[in-house]
Amino acid sequence: MNWGSPAEFFAMGGYALYVWGSFGVCAVALVMEPILVSKRQSGVLKSLRRAKLADELDEENK
Amino acid sequence: MNENKLVHWFKYASPQSFYPLAGKMIPWFWALTAVFGIAGLWISFFVAPTDAQQGEGYRIIFIHVPTSWMSMFIYIVLACWAGLGLALNTRLSGMMAQALAPTGALMAFLSLWTGAFWGKPMWGTWWVWDARLTSELILLFLYLGFIALQAAIDDPRRADKAGAILALVGVVNVPIIYFSVKWWNTLHQGSSVSMTKSPSMATTMLWGMLLMALCFWMYSIAVALMRVRAIILEREAHTEWVKLLDEVKS
Repeated sequence: MNWGSPAEFFAMGGYALYVWGSFGVCAVALVMEPILVSKRQSGVLKSLRRAKLADELDEENK
Repeated sequence: MNENKLVHWFKYASPQSFYPLAGKMIPWFWALTAVFGIAGLWISFFVAPTDAQQGEGYRIIFIHVPTSWMSMFIYIVLACWAGLGLALNTRLSGMMAQALAPTGALMAFLSLWTGAFWGKPMWGTWWVWDARLTSELILLFLYLGFIALQAAIDDPRRADKAGAILALVGVVNVPIIYFSVKWWNTLHQGSSVSMTKSPSMATTMLWGMLLMALCFWMYSIAVALMRVRAIILEREAHTEWVKLLDEVKS
């Protein structure tokens, strides 16, 4: 174990800005990307369902 | 007879059969991402010792190297799909290439970002126009160019072809990045891991880096599969099989 206390861990031996600046941005990016992709997926599904509903209403009104 | 065999061989090359297959694979790749990620982060922060020269600052290596590797590897996979699409005219190939590009661009960006945050304390500068850094920046621009070119062409099949040519021409940049530290005098250090020599780093550091690389690899597959499913639905919206999907019916 490299760290005596949580404070020591977060200080990263004086390199806190650089270590957490790297890991932090990576973490944010890797969380955001799947969220955006699943939003895209549910958006497509929504418009597909809407198109299907429109088709069904067209059929009824014929 | 022969034709039947061919159809069987190409079964998963059709978007219709790949869509549910990808859906089944995604949770497994997320699980692997989590397992490798937790193990890799544990080693990165709690097992790997402090570096004699760089103190704790060297720990950036555990994300810098995996993102750099993935940015190059994803580009090669993207170019393979693009080439396959040009050669065989399979629809899925173009969709796969399109699904990989944003993730590859993200990896290239993260590689440059973490590199800058490593360069500042160690070299005293966020950026230098050195061979390794510049060629990696060109890789990011190739990804962005590929995405922009595809977005600019309305017909998806033509967009695939134009993108494929760009992707294949751009492949020349990947060996340039890889060998840049050998071919030119650069500020960037040489490879820590090479295929011919034994690694020049502590075993625990190497393990941390390899586990993190596996984590990023599994992540890239998972998120690319998610994106290819959305692309399949967008492009096949007019087809009967999409209208019959459970998630569309309900």
